[in-house]
Amino acid sequence: MLKRPLAFRGGIRLAHHKYESAHSPIASAPLPERLILPLRQSAGRAPEPIVREGDRVKKGDRIAAAEEWISASLHAPTSGTVRAIGPFPVAHPSGLSAPAIVIEADGADEWGEKTPLLDSPARSAANRAALSPEETQRFLQNMGVVGLGGAVFPSHVKLSRAPNTPLQTLIINGAECEPFITCDDRLMRERADDVISGTLFLRDLLEVKETLIAVENNKPEAADALRAALARADAAREIRDVAVMELPAIYPAGSIKQLIFALTGKRAPAHVLPTALGVQCFNAATVYCVWRAVAHGEPVTHRVVTLTGNVEHPGNMEVPLGMPMGQLLALARPRPETDACIVGGPMMGFLLTDERAPVVKGSNCLIARSDAFFPPLEPETSCIRCTSCAQVCPQGLQPYELYWWSRAKNSEKAARYQLMECIECGCCAYVCPAHIPLVQYFRFAKGEVRAAEKAQDMAARAKERFEFRQLRAEREKAERAEKLARAAALQAEKLALAAVTDTDSPANAQTPTTENAP
Amino acid sequence: MIPLSSPYLRRSNSTRRIMRLVLLSLLPGIAVYAALIGPALLIQILLASLAALGFEFAVFFLRKRPARAALTDHSALVSAWLIALTFPPLSPWWLTITGVFFAIVITKQLYGGLGQNPFNPAMVAFAVCIIAFPALMSQWPAMSLSLSLPEQLELIFGFAPRLDALTSATPLDVIKTVLQKTAGITHGTVQELLMSQNLYGTFAGRGWEWVATAYLVGGVFLLIMGVITWHVPLAFIASMTLIALVFWIIDPSRFSAPLFHLFSGGSMLGAFFIATDPVSGCATPRGKIIFGIGAGLLAYLIRVFGVFPDGIAFSILLMNLCAPLLDSMSQPAVFGSRPQVRVPGEKTP
Ligand code: SF4
Ligand code: SF4
Repeated sequence: MLKRPLAFRGGIRLAHHKYESAHSPIASAPLPERLILPLRQSAGRAPEPIVREGDRVKKGDRIAAAEEWISASLHAPTSGTVRAIGPFPVAHPSGLSAPAIVIEADGADEWGEKTPLLDSPARSAANRAALSPEETQRFLQNMGVVGLGGAVFPSHVKLSRAPNTPLQTLIINGAECEPFITCDDRLMRERADDVISGTLFLRDLLEVKETLIAVENNKPEAADALRAALARADAAREIRDVAVMELPAIYPAGSIKQLIFALTGKRAPAHVLPTALGVQCFNAATVYCVWRAVAHGEPVTHRVVTLTGNVEHPGNMEVPLGMPMGQLLALARPRPETDACIVGGPMMGFLLTDERAPVVKGSNCLIARSDAFFPPLEPETSCIRCTSCAQVCPQGLQPYELYWWSRAKNSEKAARYQLMECIECGCCAYVCPAHIPLVQYFRFAKGEVRAAEKAQDMAARAKERFEFRQLRAEREKAERAEKLARAAALQAEKLALAAVTDTDSPANAQTPTTENAP
Repeated sequence: MIPLSSPYLRRSNSTRRIMRLVLLSLLPGIAVYAALIGPALLIQILLASLAALGFEFAVFFLRKRPARAALTDHSALVSAWLIALTFPPLSPWWLTITGVFFAIVITKQLYGGLGQNPFNPAMVAFAVCIIAFPALMSQWPAMSLSLSLPEQLELIFGFAPRLDALTSATPLDVIKTVLQKTAGITHGTVQELLMSQNLYGTFAGRGWEWVATAYLVGGVFLLIMGVITWHVPLAFIASMTLIALVFWIIDPSRFSAPLFHLFSGGSMLGAFFIATDPVSGCATPRGKIIFGIGAGLLAYLIRVFGVFPDGIAFSILLMNLCAPLLDSMSQPAVFGSRPQVRVPGEKTP
């Protein structure tokens, strides 16, 4: 175990803007009348609705079920009636609509039946190891647990063991490196015991050698709360292999590859999953949800969202999924000069295009934008190859080259300069003196590369199919020819035989033709 | 206007600020130089600046593009100042303007404007002028010469015959002539010879050593401000020191000491202000180091063995020529993977 985290290459120091929203406890958002629950709230396949319009549901009831492995179920955040199932505006960079289930709340907020995984003291204490991993995985999938850090990858999938490399390190990511966002900070401070219990649960399940909880050093209260919770857990049973590590607050410290390097010294090469290095990462809020699910039978129906920026009352709120974002931000009272709302952090988030778009599992922060907080865009000028961008790129890329080729619409060349390794952290665009929206170019070019790959893939598959058909046709032809030949040979043989028998006994010569005769 | 996509945070920085910092860091050098030479230098700087802005404006006007951004980014001023600082300070006005024309119009704008020029504009200007007007470009006033402002103005703007008596051999000229006398100096070192001609100051060429020191100070300021990185200046200075050391050890009667070379001619200006030009130089860290080494070595070889009084301009232009290749061959490793050497045009698997 490293004593101190290592410094990763590149990165930038940003004004944190954390204090505004981090100084008050998590509040509960009032229950809206209508909740809009987009089916697709995680990476992978969207779950299929298992309710119909008019159905009554209780809080925590499953309303859509995962039908594939990389998919997670969806639950009703409150009791009420299903009013509609159809397309609704969602918060997505593309500003499109997506299928959603709309629930009209009845106000009772009545829980349905809770079925925790650790339903008996026996299971929850000594016999934890007796739980089969598959059972836990299926349970978490049914509870809709996905990564709450933003990537929303279904958590149960990440509990599968890599075939060859044993897992050594479990990392709990509480870095929260983007400015303004404090939802994980508050969660770790206020619910440290649950976070630690969830961490220990995953540790036991994955049988890792060491568990590291990473917190940026601008959140000392969270780190202290976790340490205290760890000490409490330690009092119950000895825990030697779990540590809280404080990272220097350099953006993007919470990015997975940078985090793994800082904590373990392992560098994840391109296209290699952390598990191949023997490391697995979960976000701190995800771990909290894991524990609420396994110990209390509560599926993911709420999440903590930071409301900040140009607002009167910045803070964090525990919000039912499905609450319209405009309605939520209004609770923090945006000031008059607010001109837009950023969903997510200022470095990697996107602008809200429709106020009605609901909070989903991946929504961690809403920021009221104003020119005072975020400098308005200055006109783009020519790249002077100052290499500031390359100096800060945590992935070791040369953004000026990527920009050059992206702008020339030469995505093949851009891909050769490792475009696909870009994590879209935004460090390069942040420092660029020519005010070039570099990441915007990269996102576009990445789309092009993916489209080209897909086209190539399809072409390859079409070719394969064609060749296979060709092959089959040929084989069939060959087989037919062979069959014919064989039949002909047989025929010839028979004829020859017949001829022979014919000469021997003419009475038998008629046999073939009288075959059908009774 | 709100950016269309993240990041929504931007550091307050601009090309203009960077160029302004470069201009600012040239000020100590300009101050020392002007104190030694007289106001002629300031007149040249003004002349070159006005010409540069005029040419930029004309190009944008002819191309029917808005010229404001280009006129206010100060990049033309940087080229103009470097021309004024590298040309002989008493050059006639038309020589300076010709230089600026080649820098701004031919080298920069015809290649696509800011950020696109493969060669350093000021150095192209110097190279063109020294080839076209070798005599004028070699007339360096003696440091001890003190001319009044009207006399200097008359030399720059007038058509009076130029007096050879005004100019004197620079320390670099002397060491070249020494070398060309095949036998070298029969007694003593180059340093003693320069001393005998009253051309040696405290540790290098008389007067020039302080100009170079002031450039060094400005260069360190640029480093601290993060406008340039250490790679090019360090590699330049190290390689020039090394090659000068080797020759000096071999024969101190014909070659001068490393310190003399570092603080003579355009070494410091070249190391910190010209070889570090991001547009025409290398961009990768390893590329920058090779660029600096190459420029330092070539500058020494050209100034000692070549026909021109100083080697900075040609060494940097030669390295500009190599920069794209150096860059593509020195691609840094992407995080997590091994460094890979990529040859342009070759497909990486
Ligand atoms: S920071 Fe901007 S101007 Fe500088 S090299 Fe990168 S893209 Fe070009
Ligand atoms: S956005 Fe991409 S290119 Fe830019 S700094 Fe981040 S990883 Fe590097």
